[in-house]
Amino acid sequence: MKVLVPVKRVVDYNVKVRVKADQSGVETANVKMSMNPFDEIAVEEAIRMKEAGKADEIVAVSIGAAQAQETLRTALAMGADRAILIETDELVEPLAVAKLLKAVMDEENPGIVLLGKQAIDDDSNQTAQMLGALTGWPQATFVSNIELGDGSLEATREVDSGLETIKVNMPAVVSVDLRLNEPRYASLPNIMKAKKKPLDTKSAADYGVDVTPRLKTIKVAEPEARSGGVIVGSVAELVDKLKNEAKVL
Amino acid sequence: MSNLIIAEHDGSEIKAATLHAVTAAQAAGGDVTVAVIGSGCGAAAEAAAKIAGVSKVLVADSAEYEKQLAENVAPAIVKMAESFSHVWAPATTSAKNTMPRVAALLDVQQISEVTAVQSATTFERPIYAGNAIATVESAESKNIITVRTTAFEAAAAEGGSAAVEAVDATGDAGLSSFIREEVTESDRPELTSAKIVISGGRGMGAGENFDMLYKVADKLGAAVGASRAAVDAGYVPNDYQVGQTGKVVAPDLYIAVGISGAIQHWAGMKDSKVIVAINKDEEAPIFQVADYGLVADLFDAVPELEGALD
Ligand SMILES: Cc1cc2nc3c(=O)[nH]c(=O)nc-3n(C[C@H](O)[C@H](O)[C@H](O)COP(=O)(O)OP(=O)(O)OC[C@H]3O[C@@H](n4cnc5c(N)ncnc54)[C@H](O)[C@@H]3O)c2cc1C
Ligand SMILES: Nc1ncnc2c1ncn2[C@@H]1O[C@H](COP(=O)(O)O)[C@@H](O)[C@H]1O
Repeated sequence: MKVLVPVKRVVDYNVKVRVKADQSGVETANVKMSMNPFDEIAVEEAIRMKEAGKADEIVAVSIGAAQAQETLRTALAMGADRAILIETDELVEPLAVAKLLKAVMDEENPGIVLLGKQAIDDDSNQTAQMLGALTGWPQATFVSNIELGDGSLEATREVDSGLETIKVNMPAVVSVDLRLNEPRYASLPNIMKAKKKPLDTKSAADYGVDVTPRLKTIKVAEPEARSGGVIVGSVAELVDKLKNEAKVL
Repeated sequence: MSNLIIAEHDGSEIKAATLHAVTAAQAAGGDVTVAVIGSGCGAAAEAAAKIAGVSKVLVADSAEYEKQLAENVAPAIVKMAESFSHVWAPATTSAKNTMPRVAALLDVQQISEVTAVQSATTFERPIYAGNAIATVESAESKNIITVRTTAFEAAAAEGGSAAVEAVDATGDAGLSSFIREEVTESDRPELTSAKIVISGGRGMGAGENFDMLYKVADKLGAAVGASRAAVDAGYVPNDYQVGQTGKVVAPDLYIAVGISGAIQHWAGMKDSKVIVAINKDEEAPIFQVADYGLVADLFDAVPELEGALD
């Protein structure tokens, strides 16, 4: 079985992003970029499937600027076999990402696609579900456990009320949550080896997909700031302030 | 302009989240219809008909919708959506699962977790864990929108008298099935609608230490939440997680205990009216943004707090 893992290059989760002065977006120049943390978990899960003999090839795909090559090299260093970069300088929305991934799937015929539940830049949480719709495949989203079966898989999902386990037919689209696994770090020798693994570069046009945004971003602004408050000296003072100043008790 | 709201319900009752989505839709203008999709959900449909401002309720009642599997529910929504310009749902895990599937079936780019409705086609939504707010304008012929419930008041649950109309079911897609669930039982208020929330972090040190928070919560009628670190460590179930990738809360009072204040946690509680932090490290980032900070060992401060609430 082939596993497809879409990985997105995003501003590192430790960076406190700043809005650009002209409100056209957030500052990404000279900012540390990394693989979307959820996607690292997806790559790790794919590798574990391969190590367990349940998958034989892992293909990582990224849609983004030329630098997304680095993200793909990270996936290769972790253990992916091959990578495809669909290079574009446009911001590609989830629907268009899903269409491109569908086109890749038509060529690659994976048995499972493992995506992150959410990209931490756009916070959309859409792509996996959209890919499910476009392929007509079932979806298992926000998954914290996967059991591969024969022609189906059982997935435990993190939902508002707790946990839910569902069974979906294979092939399937899966979006992974934080507690599925702990991704490995790539070792130095594997980082060296990854440099020689195949990485194909394509364009959206190669797949005949129109990536023109459907939504126009009018502006990107700073959120309302909260001013820091006071340090109280004791529990008694805290309770007094909550009762008499803030009036919330 | 015509709005369809996908209700969050349990068959007999409409969940509060739905009421917030109704208010968001009203801000865009036009009629409001509520869709109740489920199995044996007649009572929920009747309840939806009473929501103030709702003019019609569409109900699809069939076995294949019982567990809200996206493969079955999405086609039902697609079919109902035909005669509406806007389809809204509260951003619960259920809608987050289903709505993008609906959007792609309709060839529409969904707008996730809107926090403000400027017009029928212009919306605000947080990006980068709420570090920036994007204003987006949609040129889609249909708008598929999920709503951050904390950003909108709840519509009144009573006062309406909408007509209830049954619609045909769309059948079982045969792609997925429900196996089991582990529902976290609690007598405390629901995290996302509680007036007071007290959350514990890694500093709690162990699951049993959350008992200290439960005691405070019970005196205050509060819900209990947690940071990701506390959930990862197994102190509490996953549905306690507050943050960028967990639940978003905005109570009148949020008390963070043994939580450092990482941006991903902050994203889920920064719209609380009053924020209190109890942390033994005076350098903890949470103190820069909390309204009231108490530098103390939580093992002393929390029992003392409980005692002070008598
Ligand atoms: C993609 C991604 C998504 C994430 N999503 C979320 C999310 O939704 N929600 C979330 O919360 N996090 C999320 N995180 C994790 C986040 O980055 C932080 O790691 C996490 O919030 C830290 O939790 P914490 O504050 O409990 O732990 P820590 O940062 O370890 O802080 C523990 C605090 O407890 C204090 N403490 C320890 N002992 C005591 C004591 N005896 N008395 C008083 N204080 C004490 C310490 O001083 C410290 O400040 C996410 C991370 C990533 C990468
Ligand atoms: N540009 C992209 N390139 C590769 N994968 C992506 C891209 N955008 C989104 N994805 C995948 O879709 C997931 C969810 O993204 P989103 O729907 O944008 O929150 C991510 O975690 C990735 O797995």
